[in-house]
Amino acid sequence: MTSVASIDSPERPDLSTIGTIAGKEIRDAIHSRWFWLWTFAFAGLASFTAAVALPGSQVAGFGNFGRTAASLVALAQIIVPLMGLTLGAYSIAGQKENGALRFLLSHPISRTEAFWGTYLGLAASLAATVFGGFGIAGIITVAQGGGVNADSFIRIAILSWLLAVSMLGLGMLISTFADRASAALGIAIFTWLGFAFIGDLGVIGTSVATSLPTWSLLLTAVLNPVEAFRLASLTAFSGSLDVLGPAGRYAVDTFGDNLGWMLFLVMGAWVVVPTILAWWRFNRIGDL
Amino acid sequence: MIEIQRLTKRYGSTEVVKDFTLDVGAGESVALWGPNGAGKTTVVRCILGLVKYEGVITVDGLDARSRGKAVRALMGYVPQELSFYDEMTADDLLDYSASLRGIGPDRVDEVAELVDLTDHLTKRVRELSGGLKQRLGIATALLPDPPILLLDEPTSNLDARSRDAAIELLEDLRRDGRTLLVTSHHIEEVAMLVDRVVAMEDGRINVICGPTDLAEKLGLRVWLHLILANGSADRALAVLNEQGFSAKMNSRGVLVEVSAQGKGDAVAALQHAGVEIKDLEVWR
Repeated sequence: MTSVASIDSPERPDLSTIGTIAGKEIRDAIHSRWFWLWTFAFAGLASFTAAVALPGSQVAGFGNFGRTAASLVALAQIIVPLMGLTLGAYSIAGQKENGALRFLLSHPISRTEAFWGTYLGLAASLAATVFGGFGIAGIITVAQGGGVNADSFIRIAILSWLLAVSMLGLGMLISTFADRASAALGIAIFTWLGFAFIGDLGVIGTSVATSLPTWSLLLTAVLNPVEAFRLASLTAFSGSLDVLGPAGRYAVDTFGDNLGWMLFLVMGAWVVVPTILAWWRFNRIGDL
Repeated sequence: MIEIQRLTKRYGSTEVVKDFTLDVGAGESVALWGPNGAGKTTVVRCILGLVKYEGVITVDGLDARSRGKAVRALMGYVPQELSFYDEMTADDLLDYSASLRGIGPDRVDEVAELVDLTDHLTKRVRELSGGLKQRLGIATALLPDPPILLLDEPTSNLDARSRDAAIELLEDLRRDGRTLLVTSHHIEEVAMLVDRVVAMEDGRINVICGPTDLAEKLGLRVWLHLILANGSADRALAVLNEQGFSAKMNSRGVLVEVSAQGKGDAVAALQHAGVEIKDLEVWR
């Protein structure tokens, strides 16, 4: 039987335990329907988007690759947040509901290890889905002779993954407040609607109705992670935000060459803050 | 080994465990017995650190609140039912649990053999019967060869044959000298498995006694359903009523109310009067 002396160690997070939990999450993802559904849906839509780009045309100021990239950004800003939010929302509440979380935490592991293992595993699964989708779209674009600006394309893919993991953290934060997976998923879908549609339309409507100054319009847009992703992605492949109107021109005039990095940092903040809050909240859930 | 002092657990304004104090000695086998909602499972969850609580719990001198990981390393936990990880195979689940405890794969084979699960390791959890799931739960709990086992209603979802097998296995574990804390609402399995019973009701300790004294201490009563030879029901009813038993006829035989430990008295009275009993069942 286990001796007491062998386990008398301080309660600090153990990286191998986090790795074990993350590994299980990745294996679960590979065996799950959602993973393949999202991967095929995203890859399929991205491929379709790339395939319908007509070589040689100039639309809205973008060239061949620019138009494909703009279409991919439009696609990603709808699908990617939904992936991250629903996955995160189900993670803790779902395991809590079916008893898996109690079983997991009956092992000699801490809540911190359980949280980060789950988060990292899901973040890695999302990376496979997002980069897989972009990879297939890139191959189709090249095969069509459209040409790919590899640097910009990779940047957009990375920004899409950052958007996915920021939404994952936010979804997990929602999950820590819900007792049932269905409730967490419901809140996640409303949050997605808010970010992907209402936020965008709201900003446009508010600016028209109240004649907001351009700086506040930009601030409002950046407070929405989906909008920050859009701005950062457009900057990544066009180097200009003129197509976004006064807010875009204001951003370029104000931040100049640093605009890309500033938007990247904003995205980074959207990754870090909700995730840290979710971790903090998970450690304080009274009853599992 | 396990010391619980003045444990109180509230869900909102409802106290589900109230001022609960209990010491479980090393190698002792103790049952938390009581109806659903008595607070048995909550006590186990408090020991595991799955819920917040008031009071003090120490396991082998370690505070369960501040040294949760160390405390859980001393314990194996068998949940009421493995109703999760459905898509994993039994083997994968054992490997995962072993990895979380830093245990090598050899031990997985060892415990699988110990609980007679070797032939089912490649099956998915959802494909396992209730009895096999229970054995899988016990196998995961035994992986670290822990000195303490916490078993939450270990036989509640099992058919009679699986229950007998599970109890036999748990008796072996008890004989190994492990400390067992079992929650149950089945008096028979409690009697077979433990040295001491803590009867709970509404979150409080009602009685602490030996398993054979429980029925008497709590004044538990059961119904004996007697299937009799043709034409002897009236005679049986008369004998039982004469002997002071509360008895009545039903479509298949005679029902007689007895104390949980006095079932033999009614049977003896009928045999003494020459009434042939073909079969009997205990109804609770």
